[in-house]
Amino acid sequence: MSTETHSNRIFYVVWSALLIITIVEVALAYRQFSVAMMLTILLGLSLVKAGLIVAYFMHLRYEKLSLTLTLIPAVVICIALLGIFFLDSLRILTLGT
Amino acid sequence: MSEVRTETTLADWGGGRTPYGIGSKTLGMWLFILSDSLTFSALLVAYSYLRVSSPNWPMPFEWHSIVLSSVMTFCLLSSSLTMVMAVLASKKGDRRKTVFWLGGTILGGVLFIILHTYEWLTLIDGGVTPFSNPWGSPLFGASFFALTGLHMTHVTLGVIYLAVIACGFGKGKFSAEDVEVSGLYWHFVDLVWMFIFPLVYLLSISGM
Repeated sequence: MSTETHSNRIFYVVWSALLIITIVEVALAYRQFSVAMMLTILLGLSLVKAGLIVAYFMHLRYEKLSLTLTLIPAVVICIALLGIFFLDSLRILTLGT
Repeated sequence: MSEVRTETTLADWGGGRTPYGIGSKTLGMWLFILSDSLTFSALLVAYSYLRVSSPNWPMPFEWHSIVLSSVMTFCLLSSSLTMVMAVLASKKGDRRKTVFWLGGTILGGVLFIILHTYEWLTLIDGGVTPFSNPWGSPLFGASFFALTGLHMTHVTLGVIYLAVIACGFGKGKFSAEDVEVSGLYWHFVDLVWMFIFPLVYLLSISGM
């Protein structure tokens, strides 16, 4: 029973952490940053949230390591490939001037 | 410890067992999520690319839109928590509690759909269509509706999926693994919103 309540508590902790990060994101969005800076900050915080959801809610942390190694690197590599083109967006406005 | 792990891994991959230690349905859902996450990342990267590279990108989201989308985020996050509770209850074989928590999850999903539809109608009333909008780059309408529309489809299908699972599990037709698989899908829908909310809403706050 004690282990049960303990394992339940971690989910409430993760949920609270996700809510707090969301509030921080909203608060930061009302600060004056450049678009690129804001995008980096918000994406960073969202990646933390995604990690928490995958690890705890989707239970990946408690599965075998082989499952994590099968799923995560593939997604990361594909998204990194998309990211190669993304850098163009930051300089496209000043291109040719 | 590492020796034990190596031995079990070799035995697992020898055949006749599940190498990942999860059921085939769960693995199937993981693989679906893998491919779906790439679809969404392509759309999110495209949206962010257009957002950053368009000088006349509209910033239509007033304070009330931000409050509304934050409440929507809260709905989805809380429905993920109730989904975790449903999966835990189903593993204990507690049918009544599982259906109760699944009902809570469905409620969160339905609230999200209602609020998001209201948000959409506000924008449509303001003249936004997939091909134009009154404030600047027409790409805003196209990418906004493509991205949030695909996500809304996922939420709507998820609510139907959860309702089917809740009915079936209540009658004893489905196993705890079926509940867990539907949970994986629901958490993924929640995860995608964690990217759409900051990239679409927080990056286009009116007057910033």
